Amino acid sequence: MRAEGLTVALFATCINDVMFPGTPKAVVTVLERLGCRVEFPLEQTCCGQMFTNTGYFDAAVPDVRNYVKAFSGYDYIVGPSGSCVGAVRHQHPMLAAHAGDEALAAEVDKVVARTYDFTELLVDVLGVTDVGAYFPHRVTYHPTCHSVRVAKVGDRPYQLLSKVKGIDLVPLPDADQCCGFGGTFSVKNPDVSVAMGADKAHHVLETGAEYLVTGDNACLMHIGGLMHRQRAGVRTIHLAELLAHTEGGAR
Amino acid sequence: MTTEHVRRTPAPPEGTYLGMPKFATNAKVQLGDNQLRKNLRNATGTIRAKRVARVAEVPEWEELRLAGEAIKNRTLRHLDAYLVQLEESLTRAGAKVHWARDAAEANAIVVSLVKAKGVDEVVKVKSMATQEIELNEALEEAGIAAWETDLAELIVQLGHDRPSHILVPAIHRNRSEVREIFLREMKLYGTPAPDNLTDDPTVLAAAARTHLREKFLRAKVAVSGANFAVAETGTLVVVESEGNGRMCLTLPETLISVVGIEKVVPTLADLEVFMRLLPRSSTGERMNPYTSMWTGATPGDGPQDVHVVLIDNGRTRVLADPEGRPALRCIPCSACLNICPVYERVGGHAYGSVYPGPIGAVLTPQLRGTSSEIDKSLPFASTLCGACFEVCPVRIPIPDMLVHLRHQVADKKRHHPGVEQTAIAAAGWVLADRSHFELAQRAAALAGRLLPGRSHLGPLPWPASPWTDARDLPVPPSESFRAWWQRTRGETA
Ligand code: SF4
Repeated sequence: MRAEGLTVALFATCINDVMFPGTPKAVVTVLERLGCRVEFPLEQTCCGQMFTNTGYFDAAVPDVRNYVKAFSGYDYIVGPSGSCVGAVRHQHPMLAAHAGDEALAAEVDKVVARTYDFTELLVDVLGVTDVGAYFPHRVTYHPTCHSVRVAKVGDRPYQLLSKVKGIDLVPLPDADQCCGFGGTFSVKNPDVSVAMGADKAHHVLETGAEYLVTGDNACLMHIGGLMHRQRAGVRTIHLAELLAHTEGGAR
Repeated sequence: MTTEHVRRTPAPPEGTYLGMPKFATNAKVQLGDNQLRKNLRNATGTIRAKRVARVAEVPEWEELRLAGEAIKNRTLRHLDAYLVQLEESLTRAGAKVHWARDAAEANAIVVSLVKAKGVDEVVKVKSMATQEIELNEALEEAGIAAWETDLAELIVQLGHDRPSHILVPAIHRNRSEVREIFLREMKLYGTPAPDNLTDDPTVLAAAARTHLREKFLRAKVAVSGANFAVAETGTLVVVESEGNGRMCLTLPETLISVVGIEKVVPTLADLEVFMRLLPRSSTGERMNPYTSMWTGATPGDGPQDVHVVLIDNGRTRVLADPEGRPALRCIPCSACLNICPVYERVGGHAYGSVYPGPIGAVLTPQLRGTSSEIDKSLPFASTLCGACFEVCPVRIPIPDMLVHLRHQVADKKRHHPGVEQTAIAAAGWVLADRSHFELAQRAAALAGRLLPGRSHLGPLPWPASPWTDARDLPVPPSESFRAWWQRTRGETA
């Protein structure tokens, strides 16, 4: 396995850092289990997409600079979020151009090429689909829009999930439809956001799953927030946390 | 207009598009209409499935999309030259070309052409350009009745309604509503619907056919748009399903086509690409039932008096913006509407424009500017899920363009900072530097510690209410990842 001794820099993402620390911890657990050395550069803050996607490009530029500062020394940078990784790869070059800073643009191009979604790092770089996980539950997976259409993780999450021991993975109807989170859309257009989320939650319930899993905690916060309000009895879990579970582990 | 003016055609709803409130407000109203939700869910679901099946049959679909994009880009890059070529070709073929800078000029040209014929009515082929310039109302004010002949446009017109979809303008109506409209209105404007009208689609279509027949046979003037205008030959193309368009294009003596300047394609050969992309993307068919092509006037065959009104109406402004320009590639197929999860739930009326859905959200604010409430809000009427780009046959990067337009809107607000600007500035400060971020993290963790034993928060007052009205909010944990890392691993970087 190529993982032995590989140094990986963890891009926790700001929302995971503050709200969902269990997810980056799980990334550390899985990568160390596979023999990687994980580092967490403390200069990092955020991918900036909340600003970019609300139209405030200037406010996002410092985040791009932080990202470069934190990660330019690494060959492998991994983030447990299709959305944030997608934003780094798709928007940082545009933001550097917006800032009119050619040196920054050149640095951005380099780090962007070395930034991976968690599932890409596992499947493409480390060449593993069986990470030794055990999760004896009925689970359904929602492929979040940015993981599929911006980060383009493809079927990697399914490859990883299908190798989890004990799992009962059931397909989610209308899986490719957006859950309605959409960043600031969720509060600028709350009624449409909730209508979309309600349909997603309905499909999740239809599957009879105990757990809804995705690779983006922001979407989970939205769908999970709806299901929690409705006392729907379905739990949400990030893919990394699911993959961190082993036989004899907790839960 | 005098008070004695008696309308010839059904009046559209009160109010103007530009006077509409912001998208979120309109959307909330539409979301409450259960019938609308059901109609849209059924209609968009069906058409989406058909598109997927038909596209899957074409192994070189991605190459076709790239070709469509490339042809349109080349055309737009040299639009001035192709337009001059188009004018020359049309003139050579016996058509009269008119140029219109805006809606008012275009409407004035059409009104004067119709008046010169001495008639007081026209039949119309479904056309987005004439919707955009609100030609029907301009004609009505001049005492000329414009009869829509596309079945769905007829339903909208007779229903005193506005279109809610660029291809299926009455997508928000179901068949029992259509039956009621036909029974109530047809008799006021021509051949009545039969008393025993049912809501069977074939019966409804037959009633429309009878109603329209006398108008087709009587009309001396037809007004159309065009899907494509071929610069090389001066050929105009109308792609349709019903054949009603072809009736208009062939029966009357005079044909006036109102065409946006972005509709030009260089050569007939280029049509091959678009005629493969368009039907599969729009109706999910291998080929649409009727494609009409005409080149000026043909002696002894069809309309002898042929006019083409080429309209700008904001398009050159769109062309001038490299980020906004791709919108002009649109071949109104409506695939982006049908796939859009926002459109599916709110329908077209919430967008306050004849161009709804994702393409409307990028095109309308460019054509009209962003000074009205509705136009300012349109770039935000999307989750940026990206489904529209995936299906667009000419690869218009709608999500990126929405972000670009959001930047334009935010930039304008810079000088009048409000709540949003303050919040963004605060969040920007927090995330601009590691030390600021760590400070904020400690505050969040403190909030978490102040709510022991709570995993989620329920309904909260504003500004949290837009989130918490329907969704619980997780409580931040008492230790951030960063704090955990520093506590357990020490500084490694
Ligand atoms: S933007 Fe693309 S998908 Fe939407 S109507 Fe135009 S051509 Fe079709």
